[in-house]
Amino acid sequence: MIAKQTNQKAWFMVLPVFLVVAFSAVIPLMTVVNYSVQDTFGNNVFTWVGMDWFKDLIHSERFHAAFLKQLMFSGIILLIEVPLGIMIALAMPKKGWGVPVCLISMALPLLIPWNVVGTIWQIFGRVDIGLLGHSLASLGFDYNYTQDPIAAWITLIIMDVWHWTSLVVLLCYAGLCSIPEAYYQAAKIDGASRWSVFRYIQLPKMQRVLLIAILLRFMDSFMIYTEPFVITGGGPGNSTTFMSIDLVKLAIGQFDLGPAAAMSLVYFLVILLLCWVFYTVMSNIGEESSNGGK
Amino acid sequence: MAKVTLKDIAHSYTGYSENPDDYALKSLDLTWRDGGAYALLGPSGCGKTTLLNIISGLLIPTKGQVLFNDQDVTRLPTEHRNIAQIFQFPVIYDTMTVFENLAFPLKNRGRTKTEIEPRVIEIARMLGLETNLYTKAQHLTADAKQKISLGRGLIRQSVNAILFDEPLTVIDPQLKWELRSQLKYLHKQFGFTMIYVTHDQTEALTFADEVIVMYEGEIVQVGTPEALFERPEHTFVGYFIGSPGMNIAPCNIQGDKAIIDGHEIALTRDYHAIPAGAKIEMGIRPEYLRLNPPGGAGLPVSIKKVDDIGRYKIVRVGLNTREFNVVVPELSGMTGDKASLAFDIEHTNIYVNDHLFSGEQQ
Repeated sequence: MIAKQTNQKAWFMVLPVFLVVAFSAVIPLMTVVNYSVQDTFGNNVFTWVGMDWFKDLIHSERFHAAFLKQLMFSGIILLIEVPLGIMIALAMPKKGWGVPVCLISMALPLLIPWNVVGTIWQIFGRVDIGLLGHSLASLGFDYNYTQDPIAAWITLIIMDVWHWTSLVVLLCYAGLCSIPEAYYQAAKIDGASRWSVFRYIQLPKMQRVLLIAILLRFMDSFMIYTEPFVITGGGPGNSTTFMSIDLVKLAIGQFDLGPAAAMSLVYFLVILLLCWVFYTVMSNIGEESSNGGK
Repeated sequence: MAKVTLKDIAHSYTGYSENPDDYALKSLDLTWRDGGAYALLGPSGCGKTTLLNIISGLLIPTKGQVLFNDQDVTRLPTEHRNIAQIFQFPVIYDTMTVFENLAFPLKNRGRTKTEIEPRVIEIARMLGLETNLYTKAQHLTADAKQKISLGRGLIRQSVNAILFDEPLTVIDPQLKWELRSQLKYLHKQFGFTMIYVTHDQTEALTFADEVIVMYEGEIVQVGTPEALFERPEHTFVGYFIGSPGMNIAPCNIQGDKAIIDGHEIALTRDYHAIPAGAKIEMGIRPEYLRLNPPGGAGLPVSIKKVDDIGRYKIVRVGLNTREFNVVVPELSGMTGDKASLAFDIEHTNIYVNDHLFSGEQQ
């Protein structure tokens, strides 16, 4: 009996964490859950609709389209930012005056607020006054992000690459800097080629930071809202209406609180699921390279 | 395999300088004969590793030339020097198996599978790695990882020289002894030119045919282990080699007599050629001092401390303000703290400004 009582006391230790999580995440999320299972026609009158909004959402073509666009956007920027980030990190100097210069210029884009980045590129790409848009137009390119979906996508992707590649660079650079000099010396003694040094020393040592970089970039790009909202507003047409933009249209534009709440929850679960998949897969690769063998 | 010659090598990490204090290595000339086993011995920061890196090409010396068999390789990059080097801490390729790690230096030089496999298995057996040849190297113990590093150094048969940079630092004492004898055996069998850097005298003396003692960027003595023990050419070699080190005591010399604190000791050689005003010291190993009962032959001393370390005792005695260590098998026939200290004159060396001074035969 006494032993049991002592055990129960441990719950008080987790109570503070429990409360913090409850107030910061669970309770706010519950209000959304509340909306997702009811319908309202104003005057604070709610009716129970069960899982209807979720059923509608799963079969909605609009949701499918937004989801696919979102996946494609995250996929493309990861494919560009990760290799590019690694390449820049490898090219950065390891000592001397070049280090602070490179680090500061790499960190600068990260310090700019999202809506400012959006505004910069919105103006930069304009055909009438923007440096990029106007130059391209006068060189004879048919570039106009307000009319051409491809141009809009390219603008958003270049903007994201400009804004966030630095994050991958800085993380990879930190990983590279932690490799002791003896590894490079041993590789020279062993007659390893530049590619072998990368493949067998640098890449394995960067693996952990690379996992963090990919996870952060995936989550962030999958939730991107401000920049496309400022630059294209989801257009032309619906070509850049990603999930977050669609969600805001649904919730605030159309004031469909029920469907919007259902979509929020699905969006949240999708991100949670994909992050978990990413993390598991990437750490398994790590485990395999350390534990595996015949 | 090759003869390695260093001609007037000097290195400063801050670039060329007129000030000799900027140099981590101060002008040295040295020849390592083909197939020799050498040890570079000295305290941390004396330039041992710098010298090693110059031989392997990881560093380009500020001055001087490195020759392999009379071919100038001073500016030849490491990968073209055909040299092996093993570092203080294990360097392994994490994602590779033990086999792949060992095969890596051969694979990079375009050897075929049929050449690589028997060689890897041979080396692995020699180092006791054959049981986990196909496991990933990453989660092995530090000992095993360092064995892999050693293996990668030993795998190529035609290297000009194998350089060891304190390779047994992370290894347990028992295994250390085993690996060291393994290396000696390999040296006998294949006749590699081996250069072994260490700050551990036992390691240096058991491994090498010839030991190079370095101190503050300079070579202070090159010699066999016996020569380093019997006739240290520099007071530093005196205290650095031996346990405890040589007793060094300031003294005066008058012809063929040494005077320590007013006590005269007759010497076998004549030292009247010592320049006036020089710093004169007498050096004698604790093994060559004897303690007699008080009133016996020798100088009157008081016993300060006795350390019993098993097979013999180290006695610390005081002669007025000077102190000496004496190694004795047994303190017999002595009571109280008084004794007489007798010198073995044959093994007493005289140092002038820290360098050995050979007097004239009488």
